[in-house]
Amino acid sequence: MADTLLEARDLTKYFPARAGLVLRRVNQWIRAVDGVTFSIAAGETLGLVGESGCGKTTTAKLILAQESATSGVIRFRDQDITALQKRDLMDYRKSVQVVFQDPYSSLSPRMRVGDILAEPLEIHTSLSRAGIRARVGEVLELVGLPADSVRLFPHEFSGGQRQRIAIARALATEAQLIVLDEPVSALDVSIRAHIITLLEELQRTLGVSYLFIGHDLAAVAHISHRIAVMYLGKIVELADSLDLCTQPLHPYTQALFAASLPSHPDEEKDEIVLSGEVPTALNPPSGCHFHPRCPMVMPQCSGAEPPLTEVAPNHWVACYAV
Amino acid sequence: MPTPLLQVDNLRTHFFGFRGQRAVKAVDGVSFHVEAGETLGLVGESGCGKTTTCHSIFRILPPGAEVIGGSVRFAGEDLMQKSPRDMRRIRGRDMAMILQDPMASLNPLFTIFDQVAEPAYFHRGLRRHHLRSRVAELLHMVRIPSPEVRMHEYPHQMSGGMRQRIVGATALAGGPKLIIADEPTTNLDVTIQLQYLNLLKELQRQTGVALIFVTHDLGIVAKMCDRVAVMYAGKIVEQGSVRTLYNHPQHPYTEGLIKSVPRIGSKADLYAIPGQPPDLANLPPGCAFAPRCPEALALCCRDEPEEIALADGHTSRCWLPVQEGIDG
Amino acid sequence: MVARTEAVISSPVARPARKMWNLARDAPWIPCLIVVMVVLAALFADVLAPHDPEVSVKTDTGRPVQSYRPPAWMKGGDLSTPLGTDFHSRDILSRLIYGARVSLLVGIVGTLVAGAIGTLLGIIAGYAGGWTDQVIMRITDAWMALPTLIFAIFLASVLKPSLWNIVVILSLVFWSQYARIIRGQVLSLRERPFVQLAQVTGASSLRIIRRHILPNVINTVMVLFSLTIGVAIIIEASLSFLGVGVPPPKPAWGLMMAEGRGPLIAGKWWVSVFPGLCIMLLVLATNLLGDWMRVRFDPQLRNR
Repeated sequence: MADTLLEARDLTKYFPARAGLVLRRVNQWIRAVDGVTFSIAAGETLGLVGESGCGKTTTAKLILAQESATSGVIRFRDQDITALQKRDLMDYRKSVQVVFQDPYSSLSPRMRVGDILAEPLEIHTSLSRAGIRARVGEVLELVGLPADSVRLFPHEFSGGQRQRIAIARALATEAQLIVLDEPVSALDVSIRAHIITLLEELQRTLGVSYLFIGHDLAAVAHISHRIAVMYLGKIVELADSLDLCTQPLHPYTQALFAASLPSHPDEEKDEIVLSGEVPTALNPPSGCHFHPRCPMVMPQCSGAEPPLTEVAPNHWVACYAV
Repeated sequence: MPTPLLQVDNLRTHFFGFRGQRAVKAVDGVSFHVEAGETLGLVGESGCGKTTTCHSIFRILPPGAEVIGGSVRFAGEDLMQKSPRDMRRIRGRDMAMILQDPMASLNPLFTIFDQVAEPAYFHRGLRRHHLRSRVAELLHMVRIPSPEVRMHEYPHQMSGGMRQRIVGATALAGGPKLIIADEPTTNLDVTIQLQYLNLLKELQRQTGVALIFVTHDLGIVAKMCDRVAVMYAGKIVEQGSVRTLYNHPQHPYTEGLIKSVPRIGSKADLYAIPGQPPDLANLPPGCAFAPRCPEALALCCRDEPEEIALADGHTSRCWLPVQEGIDG
Repeated sequence: MVARTEAVISSPVARPARKMWNLARDAPWIPCLIVVMVVLAALFADVLAPHDPEVSVKTDTGRPVQSYRPPAWMKGGDLSTPLGTDFHSRDILSRLIYGARVSLLVGIVGTLVAGAIGTLLGIIAGYAGGWTDQVIMRITDAWMALPTLIFAIFLASVLKPSLWNIVVILSLVFWSQYARIIRGQVLSLRERPFVQLAQVTGASSLRIIRRHILPNVINTVMVLFSLTIGVAIIIEASLSFLGVGVPPPKPAWGLMMAEGRGPLIAGKWWVSVFPGLCIMLLVLATNLLGDWMRVRFDPQLRNR
């Protein structure tokens, strides 16, 4: 495997939950991200799946330095990012970009597309106006949009086209890692395949890495080399995507796969219906966070937390039942 | 052949611009039927007209939209001829709707009891302890734990999945024969979605209610529906039983939709329907799907295809079978 | 092979023309006409006014004409002074035309300055958040609690009466409205993905405010502007009416109304009524325009 681009080690992010009307003392912590470790190599896609409250969005914010971690380290190209002050992060921000979920609100409505694409270049490079124009033309071509799009406003484009613009913007400064936060969830079904194919192609030609957050297992599995499954702030399973699809080991992962919809009316599926609701991160259950809903729960599951162990080559699971 | 519960014939709904300018043909000649107790899937992408069709049936169109043709026969009576007063009696009692966002359907200021009880109160005339036990029964049916206690709580105290189930209970409260569910699981997590869909199936078994399931997700169709109608640009382009459509899709759009759903564990190149979804204000002449159709003929760009009956209730709005018939 | 998309359908050239046409078609014509007339009167007063507004109208012999001469269509009126004269034999029509200047100047400039101060503070409070927001908002709240007219009168009695001081007073009185509304808008804009995107890219706060926030609040500012101009004009008229506004002999509609108070009772109605009508029409026109702009441009303000 190519060298490591990004490494996150024991990342945590706790949000304070305040009580009281006057003093607003902090009496509890929301453990949005509770000890997460993973790495992304150059040119690789790491998929991040999980349901609401699992911490994947907060993890993305930590990687993007939108929030600062409560503890833990993020190393980018061997440099500790978490130790840097806001103003020293400019180099990092040049190399790490994001594409958000909603194409209708992620592009500034009163800026022309040309200006939207030029902005990261204006911030990070010292290119001349001509140089910026040239680069903008380049990235537009990379995402398959016509060159005269620069004069138009975002609302004159369809949802799929806007996501292309967002992707072009992320590529403008030759970013090495792009965080994709559910980039196709808000798009029509027939457009999703276009965008995923585009992203895969760009990875092949440019060697850019992705952190792909999604909830559609099939799409995530297609674009990702490896997948991490999160539950209530922790990674419960981490494996190569094909391995995960053919042999999910953690009970939660198995339930996720079982819950995905069939691709044919006659398709037989083992149904695993989980009991109860997704708990909040405010007071997570003791031990393994999943044990109250787990069909394979054992006595030791409510004791100490199971560590993430490598049970097969490149296949990590945090579970006592495996 | 018994009369279907709901029979929609050539429904046409147009949106009119600010001063009666050129209309957008949101629903342009839609015909389908729903039998008692069955589940019909209404499939299509954004802008295809499926939600407008449902709003037309319910007659809750926004100002600026008008049904300009066609009929909707529910239990034998044409809803388009009904007075607003009659429609108010029908909505909630004979037909109910479940919407996508449970927070939008539930009033945050009223308790669960108030909201679930309302249809039973107005349409079935239940009062006091009859009403209370009916609400408890409904909440129990949708698997809300400790219903007698929880019915006095407010929507914000419930999770998203529970709220959507409460919306389901409200829909059932009036005892309807037909429920239209408009993308009810789009905002739900995957495992919660599974719970909810299984619940809907169980409720259908218990009460015999017919279901129109509006969705863009073919997986839901495969799991839940008996029959499917696929919509594109305001028209139904193919309809038939679920198995027929999956095994022998006739219309290229249906084929394309089925092919473009990624399969778990497959790294094969994704199939994508070429082109963009249509601009309803600027439809091309002929078949609306022709610009994106890999099998388009010259004829397709000239004349709009008619709905052709294939075997067994399977219809398709396409020139290809006609052409094949001619070619022999 | 990159997945190609279809080109965007409409050409960029046709669009601005279409937008202007739609704008012209829907515009409320009567208010526009009124405002345009007032503006023209103010701009071309020197040409339009038949007489000098500050000096009594003289007959050919050099003697001042009758004071309190009634309008032309009444008995005793004369076409040379179509709307009559006041106590000092000054032509009412000319004073009305020149008075438009004062009203417009004070209304527009005062509101502009108020808008600028208020918008700036609103953006700072909304974007910075935290203590900055709290401090600015508490000051704004306190300021808004002051009764507008009484505060204006107080300031007027403290400052020397002059045209520019009225402008100062108006801006001091109105900035808080802008601050509050703009701050609310900025708060919600700040959370929108495109602003977060700019932050993630490393844009400085100044750049974000300039390129992302400001263009999206400008509509609201314009609408607020047209809505508060009317109030500003009335405040100016009220101040002049009370004698603490624009000092005589400069013509101002409010002042004219004050001067006409006595004669009104004596039956010489034209000295007060015409300036009153002008104030009413101008404020009505700006309010209607502002309403139309609000409905058309800014969904945020629709419920105000």
